[in-house]
Amino acid sequence: MAKPKIASDWMCGCAGCHMSLLDMDERILKIAEMADLRSTPITDLKHPDESGVDVGVLEGGINNTASEEVAKMFRKRSKILVALGDCAVFGGVPAMRNFCGVEAALQQAYVDAPSNEPGSQIPNDPELATMTKTRAIHEVVQVDYNVPGCPPDPDVIFYVLSELAQGRKPELKDELLHWH
Amino acid sequence: MTQKITIEPVTRIEGHAKVTIRMKEDGTVERAFMHVNEFRGFEKFCEGRLYFEMPQITPRICGICPVSHHLAAAKAGDALTGQTPPRPASLLRELMHMGQIIQSHGMHFFELAGPDLLLGFDAAPEIRNVVGLIGANPDLTVKAVMLRKFGQEIIKTLGGRKIHPTFAVPGGVNKALKVEERDAILKGVDAAIETIQIGLQIMKDWAEKNMEDINKFAVFQTGYFGLITPENGLELYEGKVRLIDRNGAELERFPIADYLDYIAEHVEPWSYLKFPYYKKMGWPEGVYRVGPLGRLNISDKIDTPLANEELKVFKSLNGGKPVENTLYYHYARLIEALFAAERVRVLCEDKDILSTDILNTRKNYTGHGVGVIEAPRGTLIHDYTADEHGKLTRVNLIVSTGHNNWAMTNAVDSVAKTYVKGPDVTEGMLNRVEAAIRAYDPCLSCSTHAVGQMPMIVDLVGPDGELIKTIRRD
Ligand code: SF4
Repeated sequence: MAKPKIASDWMCGCAGCHMSLLDMDERILKIAEMADLRSTPITDLKHPDESGVDVGVLEGGINNTASEEVAKMFRKRSKILVALGDCAVFGGVPAMRNFCGVEAALQQAYVDAPSNEPGSQIPNDPELATMTKTRAIHEVVQVDYNVPGCPPDPDVIFYVLSELAQGRKPELKDELLHWH
Repeated sequence: MTQKITIEPVTRIEGHAKVTIRMKEDGTVERAFMHVNEFRGFEKFCEGRLYFEMPQITPRICGICPVSHHLAAAKAGDALTGQTPPRPASLLRELMHMGQIIQSHGMHFFELAGPDLLLGFDAAPEIRNVVGLIGANPDLTVKAVMLRKFGQEIIKTLGGRKIHPTFAVPGGVNKALKVEERDAILKGVDAAIETIQIGLQIMKDWAEKNMEDINKFAVFQTGYFGLITPENGLELYEGKVRLIDRNGAELERFPIADYLDYIAEHVEPWSYLKFPYYKKMGWPEGVYRVGPLGRLNISDKIDTPLANEELKVFKSLNGGKPVENTLYYHYARLIEALFAAERVRVLCEDKDILSTDILNTRKNYTGHGVGVIEAPRGTLIHDYTADEHGKLTRVNLIVSTGHNNWAMTNAVDSVAKTYVKGPDVTEGMLNRVEAAIRAYDPCLSCSTHAVGQMPMIVDLVGPDGELIKTIRRD
């Protein structure tokens, strides 16, 4: 039987969830044995295979047009979609931007900050994504598993990935929901 | 016909970026840009929070170097409340910081940049990653994993968790180190040093074989910027800022509280990442580089023996003048990792490291504080102003990767011009362009606390801007 394919990406998060994944240390080698690791931010394939992957894992919420596209592509190409970490599950710390709004945040960073050159303007090149409200992934596409924690503990991530890689349903309960 | 190449996402870097390369009709490169394509807005949404929450909120800017933000926030808090930490607290904070330098530099060399060096820039993208490394050299991979673990365990021992620890508070830290914890850390130092030395040997062998690439791969002059000891030794935790010019002459030495007199940030419409520069020289003449290469260039010595020996060799690369080669960032990073591992031992053997005098609770509240630290990627500045209740009214952050923004953009442009030739643009050519960015080990989440993520696509665009062809690597 072919090994299950896993792909991951990060959106509006801090990379901490992916670092927690690496914090499973030696066990990462086990995951690499069990599954075929496809596109991830730490490998060189850019997007999940067009023919699809078994498990797509996304870190971070959705706060601009570029991350919206990433989420939609992952949904389309993954049989099972996992939202990894608080940002992905409910928006997390970056969702605090919703309290002040995108405009005020941009104004502060690019115009009003005391270190800015006088006359600085908010970047607006067509190459750049447009900022939106920060949302949890499930607000934009359907999610199959929500794994909370900021970041989730490496043991939890290992459990979820190894269960999914073996075709089982991970059950997040009791100890697995305790994080600090 | 003009063409535009887009590389998106740029991989094996932290965060979201994309590169666009504009090609001329004859197949040569006109200009290449690095766009940082994310913005989160921490500076604004932290307004109204209490200053002592910042060591918990700001690490969420970056999960690769959360300790940098954690400590810079605590240091800004020290200044804002006038609570100078007792010596043992500073030692413990520095110990945590060394753990982070080791894990971050180790991971970058072996797991992110390593595949380019160990497997080759032109290796197939399917294997050009850490999994490919496992196949090529399983023993080394295990060592690399254990090196990162050593650093992460130091952070966890002190702060309860590896990512987003809770440890530093304004005035000191919240937990003392126990004897057995100290001994466990000490036990791991030798193995860490050994693995870093293996990395150094790999780097040197690679350099010998690839001298031609090193000498034509984004070599350029800038100023250099970072913290320094009073005797011009390498400093990662606390000190004044030293800025030198392209020839190595000192331009400035100043306390971080005065940073606004010396640096300003330039904004370009095509990137969410700002461009800091030396104010007195103006934009863009006043650009400088930070991080491992910048720090070794401003330092005359390193206060631990093994790293100091390596520094001497490093300094000879350009006859004592600043080393300008982008690819030597990797070399400099390993020398710093070696210093950090040696420094762990020095700190653990300090007579004050087990002291319980770890918090100064006497306040002399000023309502304004600037905190600074040499994060793995360069100088990180947190500047807070609060009202009389401790509620923040203004937050300004200048992050490590930001200082290198001009340099990365310039490196991308230079490497594209050197290696990318049409009409048949190969994946290997584009990977070199990405490698120019990777050398700086950017942390785009940090820079776009402000920014997040770094993708690569190549769009070929006609003279009127219409899209002709897109090369993607998926
Ligand atoms: S949940 Fe926490 S660790 Fe994960 S991306 Fe968000 S801020 Fe980072």
